[in-house]
Amino acid sequence: MESARVIARLTRIVGDVDTAEELAQDAFATALEKWRGEGVPANPAAWLHKTAHFLAVDRVRRRDTQRSKYREVAAREPAAVELDLDADLADDLLGLIFMVCHPILAPDARSALILKLVCGLSTDEVARAFLAPETTVAQRIVRAKKTLSAAGIRFELPPENERPARLDAVREVVYLLFNEGHTATSGDQLVRHDLAAEALRLGRMLAALAPRDPETLGLLALMELQASRLAARTAADGSAVLLMDQDRSRWDQLLIRRGLALLDQVDALGGNAGAYALQAAIAACHARARTPEETDWQRITALYDGLAQISPSPVVDLNRAVATAQAFGPEAGLAIVRQLQELASMRSYHLLPAVAGDLLCRSGDHVAAREEFLRAASLTRNNQERSTLQGRAADCAAGHA
Amino acid sequence: MRYMVMHYQTQDMEDGVKPSPEQQAEIGAYMQEAAQAGVFLTGEGVHGSSQGARVEVADGDVRVIDGPFAEAKELIAGFAILEVDSLAEAIEHARKFALLVGTHRVDVRRVIEYADLA
Repeated sequence: MESARVIARLTRIVGDVDTAEELAQDAFATALEKWRGEGVPANPAAWLHKTAHFLAVDRVRRRDTQRSKYREVAAREPAAVELDLDADLADDLLGLIFMVCHPILAPDARSALILKLVCGLSTDEVARAFLAPETTVAQRIVRAKKTLSAAGIRFELPPENERPARLDAVREVVYLLFNEGHTATSGDQLVRHDLAAEALRLGRMLAALAPRDPETLGLLALMELQASRLAARTAADGSAVLLMDQDRSRWDQLLIRRGLALLDQVDALGGNAGAYALQAAIAACHARARTPEETDWQRITALYDGLAQISPSPVVDLNRAVATAQAFGPEAGLAIVRQLQELASMRSYHLLPAVAGDLLCRSGDHVAAREEFLRAASLTRNNQERSTLQGRAADCAAGHA
Repeated sequence: MRYMVMHYQTQDMEDGVKPSPEQQAEIGAYMQEAAQAGVFLTGEGVHGSSQGARVEVADGDVRVIDGPFAEAKELIAGFAILEVDSLAEAIEHARKFALLVGTHRVDVRRVIEYADLA
């Protein structure tokens, strides 16, 4: 993540992300060469930032000399030269995110740019996250950068009255990043702890920036609570462990406490809870249950009903089906699932047949359950998830025999 | 990775001398900054040992000793849990905090996670 911070800092100095990326690469290359000869310095991050900083100031000076704007740079430089590693970094990174979340960019372009610049994903990885061809995503990223620089969008935290408009997008991006860490779209690892940790950190920075915004606190609460279960989500062999089967002693009580405290703050702010806060409240129900049997499924069902109203989506309905089945029996859940099976948009979503399989299995229809699990296994791109689903299909066959 | 950062008692702290308002403000500002950077997860300070006790076990015998304890400088005065990328980053925070609170020593120790036990 050091790369994102260096890019953020450089963007603030040179003004556009293209140059910043290029300079960051120069700084890393210089560092590697230097460190190979002289050994790694005591504080590599500070060293990198300092090197990048000098490269940037040099670049700005040369460029602005060409444009006869030297006077302006001279006026700006003294403040910029003082290297305050601790104080500025958080603002740099958030500034970069706010810049990229400018309404001038379409949501797809902005998410792609964020994943590339802030999350440090390769273009190939970004492409996979969007299920789009690499060339398409590469073009999208290039165009987004051009749009930003053509419009002269400045790198800075927007004034307070402009923040709410971008805050929605920023929250979305942070949660997208968290989700990519929570369940990697593809590849061999189920959880990418580095991405989840960075999203959490950004969420905390954002909450500090908007301490009275219920949805921002709600988002952070949601991430803290979901992160509290990350260690318990994978078994020793790397396979996924379902929520109800997780060893709850491995849930991170510190993060749970932080999540619950944030939800209390959301309540104290009053008003109706938004989509993130509602999802956090659902996560809190799980966090509070010491054993799976203690889970308050009726409350969770009610929260999903509320969520389906303010932010209707098939995915929310699918979760609502799971909760409803837990609270009122598998048939009640299957009724919702059957409606979802009619939707074209859900046809390639592997979790729908996975849930259908689970509910059918519980209602005793092992033959139909097995088919659903196999369909789900054929649809997922995550290898760990696939083998879990194949295992369940095999269990169903055994249960039937 | 998480680090537990523990700072040690000064004689002033042990005697119940409160930090000056300026110092309190500085410490508060630093903690807010660390929280804003997403680094500071939690932390607490403790009162002088006169308000505490020590439980000692020797050969199966349990002895309770009321505070204050003689060796003030050997006592923990507070801790913080930091989420950082490296030991170097944790040390950087510890250094800053040590100077702010005026302690003579801060220990920086990596927290054991489940993954470390596997």
